[in-house]
Amino acid sequence: MEKKRDVTIGIGGAAGDGLDKSGDTIAKTCSRLGLYVSAYNSYQSVIRGGHIWLRVRIAEKKVSSHGDHLNVLIALNQDTIERHAREVEPGGAVIYNSDKLTCDSVLIGNQVLPVPLPVKAITKSFGRLQPIMQNTVALGALLYLLGLDFDMAASVLADTFKHKGEAVVEQNVRVVRAGYDYARDISVPLGYEWDYTRIRRPFITGNEAFALGAVAAGCKFYSAYPMTPASSVLHWMAAHGAKCGVVVKQCEDELAVVNIAIGAGHAGVRAMCGTSGGGFALMTEAIGEAGMIEAPVVIIEVQRGGPSTGIPTKTEQADLNQVFGASQGDYPRVIIAPTDTTDCYYTAVEAHNLAEKYQLPVTIISDLLLSEHPETIEADALRHDVPIERGEIISDWSPEKGQFKRYAFTRSGVSPRALPGTVGAMYVAATDEHDEEGVVISDVFTTPPVRRKIQEKRMRKLDKVLQELTPPKLEGPPDAEVTLIGWGSTKGVIGEAIALLAAQGITANHLQVKYLHPFHAKEVSEMLRGMKRTFCVECNYTGQFARHLRAETGFGVNDLILKYDGEPFEPHHIVEQLRGILEDRPRSTDVTLEEAREMGYHYVRVHLADKVRPGKIEKIDESEYGEPLWQIEMVSRDGGEKRGNLSIGAATGSTYSWQAVKALTADAG
Amino acid sequence: MATVIELPIETYASEVEPDWCPGCGDFGVLRALEIAAGRLGIKPEDLMIVSGIGCSSNLPGFIHAYGVHSLHGRAVAVATGIKLANHDLNVVITGGDGDGYGIGLGHFIHAMRRNLDLTYIVMNNQIYGLTTGQASPTTMKEVRTKSTPLGNFELPINPIALALVSGATYVARGFSGENKHLADLFAGAIAHKGFSLVDVFSPCVTYNKINTYEYFRKRNYKLDVESGYDATKVELALQKSFEWGDRIPIGVFYENQQPTYEDQEVALSNGPLVKQKLGLNKETFDELVEEFM
Repeated sequence: MEKKRDVTIGIGGAAGDGLDKSGDTIAKTCSRLGLYVSAYNSYQSVIRGGHIWLRVRIAEKKVSSHGDHLNVLIALNQDTIERHAREVEPGGAVIYNSDKLTCDSVLIGNQVLPVPLPVKAITKSFGRLQPIMQNTVALGALLYLLGLDFDMAASVLADTFKHKGEAVVEQNVRVVRAGYDYARDISVPLGYEWDYTRIRRPFITGNEAFALGAVAAGCKFYSAYPMTPASSVLHWMAAHGAKCGVVVKQCEDELAVVNIAIGAGHAGVRAMCGTSGGGFALMTEAIGEAGMIEAPVVIIEVQRGGPSTGIPTKTEQADLNQVFGASQGDYPRVIIAPTDTTDCYYTAVEAHNLAEKYQLPVTIISDLLLSEHPETIEADALRHDVPIERGEIISDWSPEKGQFKRYAFTRSGVSPRALPGTVGAMYVAATDEHDEEGVVISDVFTTPPVRRKIQEKRMRKLDKVLQELTPPKLEGPPDAEVTLIGWGSTKGVIGEAIALLAAQGITANHLQVKYLHPFHAKEVSEMLRGMKRTFCVECNYTGQFARHLRAETGFGVNDLILKYDGEPFEPHHIVEQLRGILEDRPRSTDVTLEEAREMGYHYVRVHLADKVRPGKIEKIDESEYGEPLWQIEMVSRDGGEKRGNLSIGAATGSTYSWQAVKALTADAG
Repeated sequence: MATVIELPIETYASEVEPDWCPGCGDFGVLRALEIAAGRLGIKPEDLMIVSGIGCSSNLPGFIHAYGVHSLHGRAVAVATGIKLANHDLNVVITGGDGDGYGIGLGHFIHAMRRNLDLTYIVMNNQIYGLTTGQASPTTMKEVRTKSTPLGNFELPINPIALALVSGATYVARGFSGENKHLADLFAGAIAHKGFSLVDVFSPCVTYNKINTYEYFRKRNYKLDVESGYDATKVELALQKSFEWGDRIPIGVFYENQQPTYEDQEVALSNGPLVKQKLGLNKETFDELVEEFM
């Protein structure tokens, strides 16, 4: 049998179970061994409780998404077994603490190996351990099952717990060893084989790459108000500000955040700020201000699920309209959507260069998926000697030359900049309309031709910007049956979907757009007009990019592939929707069985104090509610005894009724 | 310490004539600011005037110095960024009561608790002038304006008290009808290391027919000649800040030296940010990347 070289591990538990640490240890171990890792954490905005579902994909070749497989499940609570054990693919395993959890054989497929770990017995010799050490035992079992290098894991643990002292390190390593040895005694490895190159490569998130890239490009100022999922930029900057000479300012609100950054940018320092959609909404007026006074500034907008407060810990690509609509009036700005983790690094560099060369605001639009998922990137992906292009800055101005014209009407639209403090070049940067010298023409001296010429001057900077940006390229055969169009973070997953389609005999090509404004309308237009059938893939409800594409090019895509449940696309989601459209099966918005189970969990949490869990689920076609129903049997958490029935509309998703088994309602409600 | 070479007020003369109404209190503020800057010998290139929006926020356009005429309510934030980027600049914020105590109130309070070395001059005319006469955050109770035809029934903001409890380290009030005194307050504020507020009664001759020059001339008295007043005592200052009626105090309410934000920010210890080298050397970069391995 051929050895397997691509595995996806799922770790599930409650917030506070410490599974992020376990995930980190696995990921770092594999990354240091020279394997490629990509992880995604479906977490919730709670400190404790809630269901956390972390997936870590490990492969010998570079992986560009967390994929859509599940090979090994580490369950830290019973819910995780109930929810995810079924998803484990043949040849895989389910690892769990058998002191506390059970894994019913009906929940797992025939060729899936249950790996019950009697944690107490395994760790008897260590005395009393913290509950979190069950994760450490499971980690040991996992290392054995996947044939991973034990010593590397031990060295990662040594680094992780170094600050806690030698004894803690040693205990962790010994507990991992105990789990490893136990698994060896009861089982055989799952048939993975790894070629360890031991090439050291960074394991990094998009937000970390933004921060590092910005600092490498000379960013000296970062301001922010805490907001998920942008906060990790603030955290990295705050932790490294002193070392890198960066002033990091947490502000009272996003109005301050962006205006302080604009002030710093105006004064001649490379300045950046970051937020998510809600904070960006507060920043919008000031982004127009930067456009008007021609101050360089970089804003990172990390999208999360909206609208309003929305779903802070879930991903979406639905702020595009907002970023385009930011601020009143027409003003020059650049909007960039980086397409992968390494690209985040270079986008930060490019954003600072564009902002200074063209003296305008640059918005980087990312999303939770891209910003927060860590992955292994190539060893030489990040270069320290990035280009730093500041544009034209004058160092002095002699009075003989007359009044310095900060907004001189040049052919390029770019006017030489004098930083405050420059002798002889005093001027006022006004948000009111002004003339070449900066003198306000908004009230008493309103002069239509001056207004016309300065508006033209500002706006024509974008012609030069567009020439500088690389147009998007069509990947794959030009005569493919289908064309998939995406923007920003979906590059990797669309690529994997295309490989799946190819395996199913459907040829596809791929256009991923990074530069959203100014837009390569001519190039994209020409490219797409020859395509057979076009699909826009977006993580939102309305297809915001497809609309933008039509506005810019007049080209309307044939179909939309959309997702807006807060979880990112996995390759199969794209393939299934695409095939449905090709086969003329309209996309169903009905509640699936898996979704019904999750809705059952939601009901249990809200109304039944988490005392029961969903058991058997079946669909009833005839119901008094005018739609088929999902009937969910709720069972006790310990014995699996029936406690009642919950019915959910299969089309609407409405929770119609909860009928408790009478005698047991008291402790279940 | 280097000797100060005073500069004539013409140093700051702008070619652009102010477009304020004849008799506007803001003329006196502009004049006093020029006198204060000249007395301190601040070169025009080292003077940065940041304003928001409103009649008084047009001031940067009428003085020969660097200026930013920013958004309504955001002057303090923009000035904060400029100061952190280049703390060699003398950064003075000028604006009105609506700009600073209304739409920009949050930035005002937070800037004070940071004790940034900024000077904030608020031309307080107790009315929205540019928008033709609506109630402002400092409009007194019962005053009728275009937006309060039956009389204002909200309490006015007390900027002096607010500044005292928010951590400002130089808190003063002046009157644009007393130019020399006002120039002294401005010079003290700009020279002071830390956040300075100078609230200035700057009458709006067009839309506020109550708080007129006459109104203040009758009531104002100077704290510096008030016997027993000690501007280092915050309790006394707070007490005085509530005095309003037949007698209204002007002058320095409070002055105290505390470390500034800039003093405490490690990244500024090598001098202004704007003068630092850009980018990272290989060694630092490698150390940063190593953390991801």
